[in-house]
Amino acid sequence: MKPAAFAYAKARSLDHAIELLGGAPAEARVLAGGQSLIATLNMRLSSPDLLVDINAVPGLDGIAVKDGMLEVGALVRHAQAERSDLVAKHAPLIAMALPHIGHLAIRNRGTIGGSIAFADPAAELPACLLALGGEVSIAGPDGCRSVAAEQFFRGLFETALSPRDVLTAIRVPLAERDGRFGFAEFSRRHGDYAMVGLAAQARAEDGGLRAVRLVYFGVGATPVRARNAEADLARSDLAAAIGALARDLDPPDDLQATGAVKIHLAGVLLERVAQQLTGRERRPA
Amino acid sequence: MTAHTQVRLTVNGEEVFESVEARKTLVEFLREDLGLTGSHVGCEHGVCGACTLLLDGAIVRGCLLLAVQCDGCRIDTIEGVADSGTIADLQQAFAARNALQCGFCTPGMLLTAAQLLEEVGVPSREKIRARLSGNYCRCTGYHAIVDAVEAVARARANIPPQQGEGRIAEGDPGRGR
Repeated sequence: MKPAAFAYAKARSLDHAIELLGGAPAEARVLAGGQSLIATLNMRLSSPDLLVDINAVPGLDGIAVKDGMLEVGALVRHAQAERSDLVAKHAPLIAMALPHIGHLAIRNRGTIGGSIAFADPAAELPACLLALGGEVSIAGPDGCRSVAAEQFFRGLFETALSPRDVLTAIRVPLAERDGRFGFAEFSRRHGDYAMVGLAAQARAEDGGLRAVRLVYFGVGATPVRARNAEADLARSDLAAAIGALARDLDPPDDLQATGAVKIHLAGVLLERVAQQLTGRERRPA
Repeated sequence: MTAHTQVRLTVNGEEVFESVEARKTLVEFLREDLGLTGSHVGCEHGVCGACTLLLDGAIVRGCLLLAVQCDGCRIDTIEGVADSGTIADLQQAFAARNALQCGFCTPGMLLTAAQLLEEVGVPSREKIRARLSGNYCRCTGYHAIVDAVEAVARARANIPPQQGEGRIAEGDPGRGR
């Protein structure tokens, strides 16, 4: 066995999970799909004292339209969301991104809530949530609250979640008729984390694009909005938008590519995503 | 901190009641406690696919699940699936086409391919490649594996073998490299 020893508790309800997390003497972690957490345990990159398994908590695995938003429960598996008609209809950007996440065996187990809570800077879903202007529902010792995506992702693997909180759902505004969505990423092999990726939303208006939101991932500690490029694209000036990326993004060098290469790739992705946004049909990358 | 938990699960149709340490992954539990060594342990972080298993009928990574989490679940391993006879044609095709060399990745390849064929019927070579991309063959025998999966898909659908099947096909960028 590779992981360091830990205690394990299966939460029966949301309240029970919060109670277990609150009562833990030392580091406790929430176990959902475990597709990142158990890997880090196996590599001993993390060694919590207690794992609180929320897989049996009822009410966290639904997908529904509520109060004009699409709500996806934290325990919804990636594969379940991929098959969901509601996600395809109301959150096409998420539907475009899902096939890029790992492989089927990972998506059968990995959860939507887990991807958001783990907040890997190269992950697809945090960028989608930010591009869609979504929000995160959180339950904690002081009750429930909602945090906008802009405020949720705070730093490298750092979010608005406290160690005693449980992420219960994500909520995104329903896609409008004139909504346009684009998604593309570069990875060396299918299923790998992206070297650079782009999730985008815009509104089609008078033959152009308005309310453009371009969110890059794999280029910093959190998903990053390219605000100058957004403004240029809203003026239908793709060349200027690509040029603006050098001001919008400051990707650090990593094992896969230098920052300069990432800026270049970000431009290539923008060209592809701009085509998706301006195309008549929504189509997957 | 070595507390053991009782788990009851169904493995290859048989009920199992065991005591496991929380940190034991499912694939380790199957191999060490139950002696089912057909599922292999490769990278242990979900990348290689050698530990592929069926959890309640869906393929998962056996290294990214804890055995304690599987209380009440149904697990099927390559031993059970092979004994059931449902993938006999796939196994034969792998052997006939030399789609296994060292055999380390084979159980995972078979389970992944079997599920693809169940879902899709006759997938394109591109689709076969995309699905198998989560399973690494370190002997790099991918072409023969794709050939085997494609041949079984066509045979099951009563489609005659393609002309020149098994040789380098046109329009398949992965072939012949």
